[in-house]
Amino acid sequence: MKRLLLAAAALAAIACSSDSKDSPRRSGSVDLTGAGATFPYPLYSKWFSDYAGLTGVRINYQSIGSGGGIRQLTEGTVDFGASDSPMTDEEIARARGPVLHFPTVLGAVVVTYNLPGLEPTLKLSGELVADIFAGRIRKWNDPRIASLNAGVSLPGDDIIVVHRSDGSGTTFVFTDYLTSVSPSWAAGPGRGKEVPWPVGLGGKGNEGVSGQVKQTPGAIGYVELAYAKQNNLRTAAIQNASGSFIEPTPAGMTAAAAGAAAALSADTDYRLSIVNAQGAEAYPISSFTWILVYHDQRDAVKGAKLADFLRWALTEGEKQAASLDYAPLPESMAERLVARIDSLKVGSTQ
Amino acid sequence: MKASQRGDRLFQILITSFAICIPLLLAIIAISILIAAWPALSKAGLGFLTDSHWNVSAGEFGAAPAIYGTLVSSALALLLATPLALGVSIFLAEIAPKWLRTPVGFTIDLLAAIPSVVYGLWGIFFLIPLLRDPVAPFIKDTLGLGATPLFSGPNYGYSMLAAGVILAIMILPYISAVTREVLMAVPQSQRDAALALGATRWEMIRDAVLPYARSGIIGGIILGLGRALGETMAVTMLIGNRPEISASLFAPGYTMASLIANEFSEATSDMHLSALMAVGAVLFGITLIVNALARWLVWRVTKGGVS
Repeated sequence: MKRLLLAAAALAAIACSSDSKDSPRRSGSVDLTGAGATFPYPLYSKWFSDYAGLTGVRINYQSIGSGGGIRQLTEGTVDFGASDSPMTDEEIARARGPVLHFPTVLGAVVVTYNLPGLEPTLKLSGELVADIFAGRIRKWNDPRIASLNAGVSLPGDDIIVVHRSDGSGTTFVFTDYLTSVSPSWAAGPGRGKEVPWPVGLGGKGNEGVSGQVKQTPGAIGYVELAYAKQNNLRTAAIQNASGSFIEPTPAGMTAAAAGAAAALSADTDYRLSIVNAQGAEAYPISSFTWILVYHDQRDAVKGAKLADFLRWALTEGEKQAASLDYAPLPESMAERLVARIDSLKVGSTQ
Repeated sequence: MKASQRGDRLFQILITSFAICIPLLLAIIAISILIAAWPALSKAGLGFLTDSHWNVSAGEFGAAPAIYGTLVSSALALLLATPLALGVSIFLAEIAPKWLRTPVGFTIDLLAAIPSVVYGLWGIFFLIPLLRDPVAPFIKDTLGLGATPLFSGPNYGYSMLAAGVILAIMILPYISAVTREVLMAVPQSQRDAALALGATRWEMIRDAVLPYARSGIIGGIILGLGRALGETMAVTMLIGNRPEISASLFAPGYTMASLIANEFSEATSDMHLSALMAVGAVLFGITLIVNALARWLVWRVTKGGVS
């Protein structure tokens, strides 16, 4: 009898403490879900936690990769996607409706190398990088490299190329740049999230490539700037469209975007590439990363929350970018994007 | 029916349905993989198995380098692991004092408990530098094998050899465990008979014990092969991920499991996914055949020894 009473009391206690439908936003309930690129994940997760603290709106984000984000958005399992490469027209056609691209921050792809004992930063031009990754330049002391790096003694070792073995937005940006500076690369491997690399070893993920470059003397590879900084890798200075050799820094990325922003038309869809941008200080291998949302937000509540979050991200969130090694958008562009949020159709009855 | 008979009948039905579930599950997996793989297989035809170009955006699905890499890395692993595993098992079953069997056997079986990713990391930080510096120059220059096609070409560390070595370490416990059991199952009468006829210890092992256990040993080896064929993470981290067929062990390569692991998360088009499923189907088929062979051979040893 005593045991029965104890069990009944326990059950009653549990019943009283359960969620009632009226209490909003108990811990564990998620307001918005998103998925996509791994590159901006550190910044986005800071944004989401700050935003939740500010407004109580909880956003869950899974960094499964740009392709995964696009797929999940198309299938409607997430409220927004995130990608380092813009959706193609075919991908947008496969989605449930028109998809708006909102650039959030800037990133850069750096060329990293492992030449122990080489003090000054290596200078490379776009054509040289393309020829190295195509296997046409095989040794570090090739005269074409030496001519750009006067006074630097380059070793006679083989250049060991390291590229990505998995599909990635980083590869897209890098090959986009190579395609725009080298006609032979454009005719050959071209641009894409994965391309048929003529030479080199494949590493899985930014970690795989940076790990292989770090471990292999004489190696050259490409990674996101953040990974290069975290692993203390050397980064090359790349010659931009104006002829200057620019090292990858947030200022260089913002300069690249500023040049592109000035030339934007009023009704641009922001699916633009900013590699090899004009501008004296522009770093040539910069790119946007985008948040992808449907133009027609069927769920009015979620649509409103998403719009509010985007407004916050493009105004307040941008201020945190630099501290995490991302470059914020140029102010003029951020303002235009905030205005563009108003064009979202929240609560359409389609 | 009496209550006890009813209970028996119910039990029989329940157990039979559980037993049917498992081959049914296997059939469902096989059929669903084949269905998903069909678009790519029908588009590529037999060229899927023989073509060397894997370029999805251009619509070329040639999985030959991956198939070659899987088979070669697994064969290399077997070549390296079998003598070691056999040696350890013979040592434990025949030569070592009985109290040594459990601790040493346990230690070897612990190798199987190490996660695959950890093997990969160990490979990157320890094995690759080791292969790049002391081992490769030794093989090429000191042993003079650098001219042979098997060891030609530059060595970056990330190679078929590295993948083969790490796979050998990973399959060692599987071969060793089965071989140990099989050797200990050889009846003492066989050993006594050989010794009574004047054989030395080594002759006894070679002529009386090993032939008796032959089927089981082969079964254990094929079990290890099955494991090596499907291993993904450690191989992806060490093999260099280059979709090319090369004779040299120092050249980077590719395996079917690595291909799927590398491309799956970014495969957005249906044809790409179908192509990956097709690679999975081929890998599934090879592994299934190998495992079935292993089971059949191990079963044979219980029916009697010398064949």
